Amino acid sequence: MRLRGSPFWIGAAATVVLAAILSLSGVNEYFFFAGYVVLQFVVLATAWNILAGYAGYVNFGTAAFFGLGAYTSVVLILSLGAPLLVQIAAAAAVTGLLGFGTGLLTLRLRGIFFSIATVAIIYIAETLMMNWRYVGGATGLQFLRPLPMVPFETYTRMLFFVMAVLAVIAVSIARYVESSWIGRGLRALRDTEEAAECNGVPTLRLKLFACTVSGALMGMAGAPLPMYLSFLEPASSFSLNYSVVALAGAIIGGTSHWVGPAIGAILLASVQQIVTVTISSEINVLVVGVLLVVFVVAAPEGIIGLVKKLRRPRAAAGNPS
Amino acid sequence: MSGTLLRVAQVSKNFGGFSALSQVSIEIAQGERFGLIGPNGSGKTTLINCISGSLRNDGGSIVFDGNDISGLPAYQRTRLGIARSFQIPRPFSSMSVLENLIVPLEYVVHRRSLHTADTRAEAIQILRSMGLADKADTPSNRLTQVELRKLELARAMASRPRLLISDEAMAGLSSTEVEEVLAILRKLNDSGITIIMIEHIMRAVMSFSQRVICLDAGRIICEGTPESIVKDSEVQKAYLGA
Repeated sequence: MRLRGSPFWIGAAATVVLAAILSLSGVNEYFFFAGYVVLQFVVLATAWNILAGYAGYVNFGTAAFFGLGAYTSVVLILSLGAPLLVQIAAAAAVTGLLGFGTGLLTLRLRGIFFSIATVAIIYIAETLMMNWRYVGGATGLQFLRPLPMVPFETYTRMLFFVMAVLAVIAVSIARYVESSWIGRGLRALRDTEEAAECNGVPTLRLKLFACTVSGALMGMAGAPLPMYLSFLEPASSFSLNYSVVALAGAIIGGTSHWVGPAIGAILLASVQQIVTVTISSEINVLVVGVLLVVFVVAAPEGIIGLVKKLRRPRAAAGNPS
Repeated sequence: MSGTLLRVAQVSKNFGGFSALSQVSIEIAQGERFGLIGPNGSGKTTLINCISGSLRNDGGSIVFDGNDISGLPAYQRTRLGIARSFQIPRPFSSMSVLENLIVPLEYVVHRRSLHTADTRAEAIQILRSMGLADKADTPSNRLTQVELRKLELARAMASRPRLLISDEAMAGLSSTEVEEVLAILRKLNDSGITIIMIEHIMRAVMSFSQRVICLDAGRIICEGTPESIVKDSEVQKAYLGA
C-alpha cells in the first residue's frame, strides 16, 4: 500500500497541473463549460461511494446535499458577498452537518428503508428553499459573476480549475478512507453489521463518519453552481438527476475501488455532454438509464470489475467475486 | 479457579409479549469451562446476545470483571474482553481470511497503531494455531463449513478475549471435525481463556464443560456437573418431553 502511495500523489498533482494548463490555454470555452459538469459528477460519484460503496448504505439524497451546497453559496453571496472559496468551505460545513444529522436520524434504518428516507430529504430541502423568499423562492435568483481571479481569462475557466481541484480532493479522501482502518471497518459492517460490532467496530460511529464526509463532499460540489449558471432555482438544483447520475457513475465505474466512481463519472458525464450537444438534451437522460442497465446486467462490478477479470482470467472463471 | 469473571444477575429479555429470558442468574469463574444447553428456542442465543451486547437486557444486570456492562454497546464489550462466535457463521465475506482477523486486531488490540506488519504477523499466528494458515489469502466466501467455524473462532480469538462465547461452533460437523474444534477450545482454555460453550452435541458439551446449565423456556431449570445434569429429571423432560 505504502509503495503505491507516491504514484497516486504524482497523478493527483499532474491532474491539477494539467487542469491549470488547460484552463489557461486557448481551448474553446465550451470545453470548460462541459468539463466542469463532468468533474462535478466525479466529486458526486466519489462522495456517494464513500457511504454506499464502502458501507453499503445506498443514498438517493445526493441532490439534497448538492442543492443545499448551492443554496449555502446563495445565502453567503446575498448576505456577505463572500468569495468562492468561502462559499465552498461553508457549503461543505453545512452539508457535512446535514449528513451527520440525517445519519443520526436514519442510520438505524437498514437497507431499503434507509434509501427511502434519503429520498425524503430531497423533497424537504426543495420545499424549504421554494418557500424561502430571501433565496429567491420558486422563481429563483440571477447572479452577476464577479471578475475571475488573476491568471484566469474567464469565470468558467476558473470554475473548471476549481472543480478539478475539488475532484482531486474528493478522490484523495475516498482513497484514504478506503485504504485505512476506517475503510476496513466500513466493509466489515457492510458484510455483516452484527459481527462487525462484536469484533470491536463502532458501527454507528463509522457510519456517521461516512455520512458526514460524503455529505460534505456533495455540498462542496454544489457550492460553485450559482456562479456557474449565473442563476439558481429549486426545481433544477434539487433534481433527482444528480442522485441518479452520481449513483450510476459509481456503479458503472465500480464501487470496490476509489478510482471506479471517478472513471465511471467521467465516462457517463462525458457521453451525456456529447449526446446533449450532438443529438438532444432529452436523450442524455436516456443514456444514463441504458448504460446503467447494461452494466448492472453485464458487468455488475463495473469497469473495475472488468479490469480485474481481464487481469486474472483464471481466478475469475466461474466465480464473479 | 479464582474469582468471578462474569456475573449475570436476574436478567430478563422480552420480545413484545414474549418473554425470552426471565430472571436468569449465572456466575462464571475465571478460567472456567462452562456449558449452556437447552432445547431449541429455550433462550440460549438470546442470553449470549445479551452478554455480548447484540441485544440489551430488559431487566437485571451483567457484570464483567467488576464493571456493569449492561448499558455498553457490543464493540465496547469486545474491547473489555468478551468475544463470541456466531451460530451461523458470519464472515466478512468481501475479505480474505487474513483480513477477517485484521478487523478485530485493528479495532480492539492495536487501535490506531500503524504497525501493519505486526498486525499481519499476529493474524497469521492465530490462523496457524487454528490450522487455517494455508487459507490466509483465500476469500472467506470460499471456505467449507468446518473452515468457516474455525474462522469464527479464530476471529473471536483475534480480539484477545478473556471470555470466549462459542455459539454452536460444532453444529453440522462430522465427529472428527468436532474433535478438532474441541481440541482447539481446550487449548484456548489452557491458555487462561474462560469459555462458555453452547452446544447441542451432548457428547461434546459434556466432555468439555466443568459445569453446565440447562435453560428451558427462558428459565434455568438445572445447574450442576455434566454427570448430574444428564440424570436430572427436569432436563430429561425438557429434551425428551414427558
